[in-house]
Amino acid sequence: MSIVFEKRLVRARWAPILVPVISIFLALVFGALLLMAFGINPFEAYRVMLQGSLGGGYAISETLVKAIPLMLTGLGVSIAFRMLFWNIGAEGQLAMGGIAASYVALFLSDRLPAPLVLPLMAILAIIAGAVWGGIPAFLKAFIGVNEILTTLMMNYIAILWVEYLYLGPWRDPAGYGFPGSAPFPESAWLPRLTGRVHAGLIFAIVAAFLLWFILTRTRWGYEIRVIGENPRAARYTGIDIGKNILLVMLFSGGLAGLAGMAEVAGLTRRLYGLTVGYGYTAIIVAWLASLNPWGVLLVAFLMAALLVGGDQIQIALQTPAAVALVLQGAILFFVLGGSIFINYRIRVIRKADSSQPSLEGGGQ
Amino acid sequence: MNEALVVSILVITIRAGTSLLYATLGGILNERSGILNLGMEGIMMMGAATAFAVAYHSGVIWVGLGAAVLVGMLLAAIHAFLSITMRADQVVSGLAMTLFGTGLASFMGQRLGPGGTTMVGLQGPSFQRIPIPLLSSLPFLGQSFFQQDVMTYALYILVPMLWFLLYRTQPGLHLRAVGENPQAADAMGVNVSATRYLSTILGGALIGIGGAHLSLGYLQGWADNITGGRGWIAIALIIFATWDPLRAVVGALLFGGINAIQFRIQAAGTTIPASFLNMMPYIFTIVVLVVITWWEAISKRVGAPAALGTPYAREEKR
Amino acid sequence: MSNLQPKPNYAVRLRGITKRFPGVLANDHVDLDVYPGQILALLGENGAGKSTLMNVLAGMYHPDEGQIIIADRPVRFRSPRDAIEHGIGMVHQHFMLVESITVVENVMLGLHHLTLPTERVRQEIITLSQAYGMQVDPDAYVWQLSVGEQQRVEILKLLYRGADVLILDEPTAVLTPQESAELSKTLRRMATEGKAIIFITHKLDEVMTFADQVTVLREGHVVATLPIEATSKEELARLMVGREVLFRLHKDVCQPGAVGLELEGVCALNDKGLPALHNVSFHICHGEILGIAGVAGNGQRELAEVITGLRPVTKGRIRVGEQDITNQSPRAIIEAGVSHIPGDRSHVGLVLNLPVSDNLAMKAYRNPPLARGPLLKQNALHRFARQLVESFRIVTPNITTPTRLLSGGNQQKVVLAREITAGRGVLIAVYPSRGLDVGATESVRRTLLEQRGSGAAILLISEDLDELTGLSDRIAVMFDGRIMGIVRPEKVTPEEIGLMMAGESREPAISQEVGS
Repeated sequence: MSIVFEKRLVRARWAPILVPVISIFLALVFGALLLMAFGINPFEAYRVMLQGSLGGGYAISETLVKAIPLMLTGLGVSIAFRMLFWNIGAEGQLAMGGIAASYVALFLSDRLPAPLVLPLMAILAIIAGAVWGGIPAFLKAFIGVNEILTTLMMNYIAILWVEYLYLGPWRDPAGYGFPGSAPFPESAWLPRLTGRVHAGLIFAIVAAFLLWFILTRTRWGYEIRVIGENPRAARYTGIDIGKNILLVMLFSGGLAGLAGMAEVAGLTRRLYGLTVGYGYTAIIVAWLASLNPWGVLLVAFLMAALLVGGDQIQIALQTPAAVALVLQGAILFFVLGGSIFINYRIRVIRKADSSQPSLEGGGQ
Repeated sequence: MNEALVVSILVITIRAGTSLLYATLGGILNERSGILNLGMEGIMMMGAATAFAVAYHSGVIWVGLGAAVLVGMLLAAIHAFLSITMRADQVVSGLAMTLFGTGLASFMGQRLGPGGTTMVGLQGPSFQRIPIPLLSSLPFLGQSFFQQDVMTYALYILVPMLWFLLYRTQPGLHLRAVGENPQAADAMGVNVSATRYLSTILGGALIGIGGAHLSLGYLQGWADNITGGRGWIAIALIIFATWDPLRAVVGALLFGGINAIQFRIQAAGTTIPASFLNMMPYIFTIVVLVVITWWEAISKRVGAPAALGTPYAREEKR
Repeated sequence: MSNLQPKPNYAVRLRGITKRFPGVLANDHVDLDVYPGQILALLGENGAGKSTLMNVLAGMYHPDEGQIIIADRPVRFRSPRDAIEHGIGMVHQHFMLVESITVVENVMLGLHHLTLPTERVRQEIITLSQAYGMQVDPDAYVWQLSVGEQQRVEILKLLYRGADVLILDEPTAVLTPQESAELSKTLRRMATEGKAIIFITHKLDEVMTFADQVTVLREGHVVATLPIEATSKEELARLMVGREVLFRLHKDVCQPGAVGLELEGVCALNDKGLPALHNVSFHICHGEILGIAGVAGNGQRELAEVITGLRPVTKGRIRVGEQDITNQSPRAIIEAGVSHIPGDRSHVGLVLNLPVSDNLAMKAYRNPPLARGPLLKQNALHRFARQLVESFRIVTPNITTPTRLLSGGNQQKVVLAREITAGRGVLIAVYPSRGLDVGATESVRRTLLEQRGSGAAILLISEDLDELTGLSDRIAVMFDGRIMGIVRPEKVTPEEIGLMMAGESREPAISQEVGS
């Protein structure tokens, strides 16, 4: 007797909804087992997480705060993934955006009329992120260098650069030796909407709309979709793949760069603690959202809840916040494993089964 | 040239290169059979955390090492299951493994110290450098190659063994065939799935050992993000080594050397900020990648296993 | 048609072999006897069932009915390994070799040792190559070998494992004339040593020079089995193609206009860097269909690709009207008005995961009314899609249905609808009715004729001789990358076409048009 996977003729309709749900459930079960192994009550842990992230106005606002960079980088990553360009570099692109915005805030803001500061920060941040993403894109499009490794290496470089800046030349002279840049002047503050939720949320929503619009209502978006689904057909129909790789990555990097600007101008209001892993979580967000722009917003919010919950566990139960990262990885694993069921189904083959032509030759 | 300087650089080069080499060799086993493993950073991190935690609590360093091997094999088995049987996207699976592995390792690092506290700053058993009598008195080579720890010495045997396995044994032949042309291998009766599972899991063991050497040998302790991207650099090294164990040694020495030079420059007192020195391995990796890819495009023969990253399913044609 | 009395000392015998695939009866109660010391040719057109039959014999496929008999006992092959253990092995058209390892290593694949018995195997290979006159360097890497040498490795693999019955699928398809001659010698030696050889072919030359016996298959059943001395090329050609009356669609006498598409001395290489097209020249007028006949693999695919910009031309010119489109980008050629119905509709012509509307728009999306500047107008796109669905009668639940859910015939209709609407005068149709049922095929053919009536210049590449003779105003026969001759379907016999398809060029020399 053997178990094989058999390709379905029609994709199971229930699968795209049921599979993620079951996967998340299984991941939570796994997380519970893990917590128990470390002597932590899983129900207590999950309750604290839930309350801390979604239980009440303050909790939700904190979740939104963490969600904003996830949304922006998630959107950026999603459009790159659509073209099968694996942009692992959102973290570095975000950092470069943060650096560019900080530069304006710290050194140019006094020479500019106040209303121009924020727009300039945003523009330079987008350009910085775009360039940082464009370099690996160029290498891939023209030489064929593996983009997973190049975008990744660029991350490390960018993170080190940020650290260098706020530990070194940009360190706050009045900061008693603590790391981090001087606080930004008020002209460089992104207005807050409620609690610590800043206008970056608006950026995210506008970006999602922009992405949706591009994908469904423009020729460029059409080409992106075709390339991602079938590059051979794209070539047959005259689409220039190299050019598109470059354009998409400029856009993707730009969005991540904007996320960096939103973080420094809206949340921290100085250059510090920028690289906490949003760029990597963004990959999970994009993938779980099936690369859909509105889905990205939703999944980003949920992932942010997970992260905030993790912080809460750290405070309330002295459990490392890293449990949230473990859960994220577990969710991705289970969704990955479950995704096969969308296209295949299980078939148990018994040895004596004569209706299986692949096992027995035809009889007489 | 100051002999002591050269020797000290060589020594650090070899020490730094040891964990890289273990990881790269493990990755080569994986990729030779056609399985792309982007989870190496996560597996390495888990190897480091597990090895240190178990060694610290048991007091026996070998038990720690053994635990790292098991953990590496287990994580690799998960990746293998998803990639081979579930035919999931190997890129996403690998990335998930990295996130999962680093998260779990970080978690362990904060909870597996004595009484459930952090492991940072603890001192556990470690691999000390043991000079080999006679050989270690040789100038230059002797003082650098033969004054290392046991795990480095193990590599001196392991690398030729792996080379022999890959190129002179039937299982090694099957491994190479499966990664290049699984259809041809299948037609000749080779079990493609079994071969891939085996190579992935064994590779995972080696990657775990690589991580263990970081926390038990080279850095002797635990810190969050202890691998610092070495798992990724190992992936680049696999490409640099053109999937060959012997060339992997060269690559590991090269990157170990960059590390060593970094230290040396810093120790000598310099105006170059530490951060920029730390960027060197990553910039170097990009340069290496560009050169290799460009060279591959021209020479057309130096290439990845042809079936790398593609799931194989035997389907009746037509 | 003669029936041979089965002689007692056969190597293997097939009785009543029947194999079905969805929609196709590939083998229809086929009987075959294979004798040691004899070279048997299996002759037939595309789709006649030759490869399927041999795949059954070699253990790749399982017959739905029928038996394989060895030593008076029926045997069942679960896999190619079983067949090899019974002494039956096959060399496929696409070699099963791992290119990055050596000859010896390829031969050793699948054995059960610990360390590699390289020396022993190397010796054996040398012995075998000398015994059969097949020179191969055992230590060479397969990627270094010529195609002929690679084929020898495939044969050696089988001999090493003790095969007594060797099947070769279109062995000379990838060989130079010299290599073919060498192969012929090798096969003869193996036969003298008592091996039974079967080779599948569509080339009459080979049959007459290589084989002792020939079995002709047509549409899944055996049409004849004859000793070579007892037959001729002409008889074989007729048996192979065998239609007395060709089905003809009602076709108006056309009034061709100016030249729509012209090729002059076009040469090109295939994916392996070998010449695929040699000096191909022809022209097609507006309002005319030029059919390209020939067994698949003789350069047809490359021909379509050079015209549509998907493959570079190494010599020669291609013109659309006055415009030179040689080596232009696919985009430029599309804008010059050339439409392309590709042979591989699922992987090249359609994006199966996208909705029908998106696939219909694949050529039209750049221009108004679907586009306005950078924007794509969804309403216009849907209107466009609905129009096409209606006028081409594409059966789909919705225009937003993913294209992979449509039947093969309707998928092809999507491609047709799109290409015909987008084209401005030149249409390249490659195997347009492949894999379609009768109704869909009818509608494809009718559409092509309609386009011809509206003045399109159409290049029709097809494996179906009926289709070609029914639709084309002229037929060019391709063999080995060359045009063997261009004829009028009503003025040529199936035998003549069969001869050309199998390598016999018409007198006088190649690429001359035949008038009355």
